[in-house]
Amino acid sequence: MVPLSWYLIVAAALFCIGLYGILARRNAIGILMAVELMLNAVNINLLAFWRYLTPAHMSGQVFALVVLAVAAAEAAVGLALIVAIYRTRDTVNVEEVDLMKL
Amino acid sequence: MDWIDALLIPAIKSLVVIVVLLLAFAYMTYVERKLVGRFVRRYGPNRAGPFGLLQPIADAFKAIFKEEVIPTEVDKWLYVICPGIAVAGSLIVFGVIPVGDSFMAWGRKITMVVADVNVGVLYVVAMAGLGLYGIFLGGWASNNNFSLLGALRSTAQVITYELPMGLAIASIATITGSLRFGDIIAAQKTLPLIILQPVGFLVYFISGMAEINRSPFDMPETENELVSGYSTEYGGIKFAIYFMAEYINMIVMSILVATLFLGGWQGPFAHLSPLLQLVWLVVKAAVVLFVFIWVRASIPRVRYDKWMKFGWKFLVPLGLANLAVTAVVVALVA
Amino acid sequence: MAQAIFIILSLITLGCALVVVTNRNLFHSALYLAFVFVGVAGLYFMLQAEFFAGIQVLIYVGAILTLIIFAIMLSRDLMNPNVRGFNRQWWAAAIVAGLLFVVLAVVLWRAPWPAAPVGEPSADFIAELGQALVSPAYVLPFEVVSILLLAALVGSILIARER
Repeated sequence: MVPLSWYLIVAAALFCIGLYGILARRNAIGILMAVELMLNAVNINLLAFWRYLTPAHMSGQVFALVVLAVAAAEAAVGLALIVAIYRTRDTVNVEEVDLMKL
Repeated sequence: MDWIDALLIPAIKSLVVIVVLLLAFAYMTYVERKLVGRFVRRYGPNRAGPFGLLQPIADAFKAIFKEEVIPTEVDKWLYVICPGIAVAGSLIVFGVIPVGDSFMAWGRKITMVVADVNVGVLYVVAMAGLGLYGIFLGGWASNNNFSLLGALRSTAQVITYELPMGLAIASIATITGSLRFGDIIAAQKTLPLIILQPVGFLVYFISGMAEINRSPFDMPETENELVSGYSTEYGGIKFAIYFMAEYINMIVMSILVATLFLGGWQGPFAHLSPLLQLVWLVVKAAVVLFVFIWVRASIPRVRYDKWMKFGWKFLVPLGLANLAVTAVVVALVA
Repeated sequence: MAQAIFIILSLITLGCALVVVTNRNLFHSALYLAFVFVGVAGLYFMLQAEFFAGIQVLIYVGAILTLIIFAIMLSRDLMNPNVRGFNRQWWAAAIVAGLLFVVLAVVLWRAPWPAAPVGEPSADFIAELGQALVSPAYVLPFEVVSILLLAALVGSILIARER
């Protein structure tokens, strides 16, 4: 049987990889992909805790479902924003989108 | 003894499924060409062998012995791997569809399905989406404007038509109370679901045809506006593999329609012999396949923007309404 | 056996995830991201959450990643290899992420987790999940998420619409 800590460590690794992607990428779509990685890491944790600690309760599953829905909403709005920015500014490089900067 | 049940039997079943699907693909092309020929008053292939029966083999040899061309400006890695993704995606779907009940062989009970998982229907929809990555990425990797447009259309079409498809499947799950194919087939023992779900069937059938890129909804290809779209830059064996993926998708889709709406392997006297169950399934699937070809031969291709409009403004609301009505009726009856 | 499968699966998943964030070509990243999603679905499968494995592939690979690929295709110029893919602070980002992982791993490794799962999930947990979603305990998050999805739907159409 796989120990619970293995799942948690894999999830932590996935989360950190996503974090690196967010901090290092310049392309907005690349950043969005990294965010999806982090959301996946969260879901691994939720389902691992559900399976190992409270298999009789549905909290872990319900919130994993909530995370999925939020991920879908985030992707839709995020990509709409990216497409809109690309249309007006001809770039999706987050460093060049600085109109709000003082 | 344990490993025979756990590994050997599923491996043999998978092998059988793959071999049968590949053979069926070869003769599906023959049947389609022959039928379309008849629909437009031609003979169709009739040179190679009696009635042209050897035509698929001739085509296979032709594709294999063509020179392998990789255009210089393509993304090589993706360009080569994408036909494989497409065909793997279409083969893998078949793993959870039961083609019959079960039979005894060498003292073992062998179920006629590779793996009857409890979320089978979900698995089928998910994996079908995976196979389409071969089209998106292949179209982009070709580095050709027509291919890119084909790939773009394919992504838009998938997003549009997976939605009504999911809604139709949700209506089925509401009635049968399960996502397992075995349960869905069992629920159709007396009445096939097409009678309880005529609207759901229509929604599923149309979005299914969109999902497998069948004409008149073959937006990623549209040979007369996009010069066959995503596969423009593909030739020889790689094109043949794309072709294979398309036809296997078509066969799998027909079997899915037969299983979800027409009662699967059930039929009069089907309980007598597993062979008869298989025959029933094949007959039902063949009828669906015939309708696919019939539609292709008789209806001209729809315009792309109208097709998108139809999806979002008609099919999705129709699927939602169907799901709502189904849920209310099920709640009232139960 | 289960441990070996777990290790292979997670190594493949994490390796693909690394390629996703380090590859210069966004399209290759997208393909590897699909592998990551399928790998995570495999982990869900090992956790006996088959429903989530299916949903994961359906939503992430079938919908979210398709949208991402659509967006990449719409903004094609970025594939220009002369554009730098990473900003100047990428090495600092790597250090931060690495340190965070080390801290998390040490903490998680030392924490006293139960050795084996307590009890088995019920066989019919899809139905239970459905009932839980509309039970008084979880109906509020469920409704909030529904409204969020509706707002996202309307919002993204408004934002992306051509004027």
